[in-house]
Amino acid sequence: MIVSYSWLMGLSAAIFTIGVAGVLLRRNILVMFMSIELMLNAVNLAFVTLARRMGSMDGQVIVFFVMTVAAAEAAVGLAIIISIFRTRETVNADELNLMKW
Amino acid sequence: MPVALFIFLATVSIISALGVVVQKSPIHCLLALILTLVTIGALFVALDAVTVGFLQIIVYVGAIMVLFLFVIWLLNLQAEPVPIGHLGLKFFATIAVAAMAAELFAFLARTKVALKAVTVAPGYGSIDSLAQTLFGQYLMAFETTSILLLVAVIGAVAVARRALPERSSSPKGGVAS
Repeated sequence: MIVSYSWLMGLSAAIFTIGVAGVLLRRNILVMFMSIELMLNAVNLAFVTLARRMGSMDGQVIVFFVMTVAAAEAAVGLAIIISIFRTRETVNADELNLMKW
Repeated sequence: MPVALFIFLATVSIISALGVVVQKSPIHCLLALILTLVTIGALFVALDAVTVGFLQIIVYVGAIMVLFLFVIWLLNLQAEPVPIGHLGLKFFATIAVAAMAAELFAFLARTKVALKAVTVAPGYGSIDSLAQTLFGQYLMAFETTSILLLVAVIGAVAVARRALPERSSSPKGGVAS
């Protein structure tokens, strides 16, 4: 028995689902942010799996770009979180209602 | 990839991904996330994507996760009691997550991507082949990425720095955290 690609896609789907659950169910901004990283990695796993399946390098290059965008996103997002914490003293997403109507 | 290795890595990654979501303390969430990322990196290596696997460890675990760690320490976050509120929101969120999981797995169960075993050319996933693709076909995207990173760094500094005290005599510029 060999590992089929659909198992890997299933693993990727499972991790992505867990990430979505984290964003929707947790109220701590940092944990929501970590869940977003989880989703990005699940998609990366799907990219690498399908690149291996196709025998092409394109998927791996896309993973490289996803990592770069994740790094940029983490830098800006964490800066925003620090800035929010400095003024509001909270990381709870429910208390940040300035932009709600 | 041996089946036993896959089952081990998949189990560890799913358990630690669940750990990210269910644990109270942000630092424990972060440690679980690091374990997930290392496991996914190992899966990359097992899928012949050696360079990307090591980049995953270096960039994600070495840089991004340390950034998270610094922020958690900087904000001095403790495990807070989870507020109960918004039960209706959680109810609908759970339904949405379950629906999405069902959709993804139903889709996967119907696809036929899987079964053919593919042998790849020697050198697949090496630095050489990655660089050939990156600096050939994707050169413009690569250069654009560098601009994106520059903008992100400047933006992060601009957002996170304290507001300058406007000619006030007090040396402390903002709320100490």
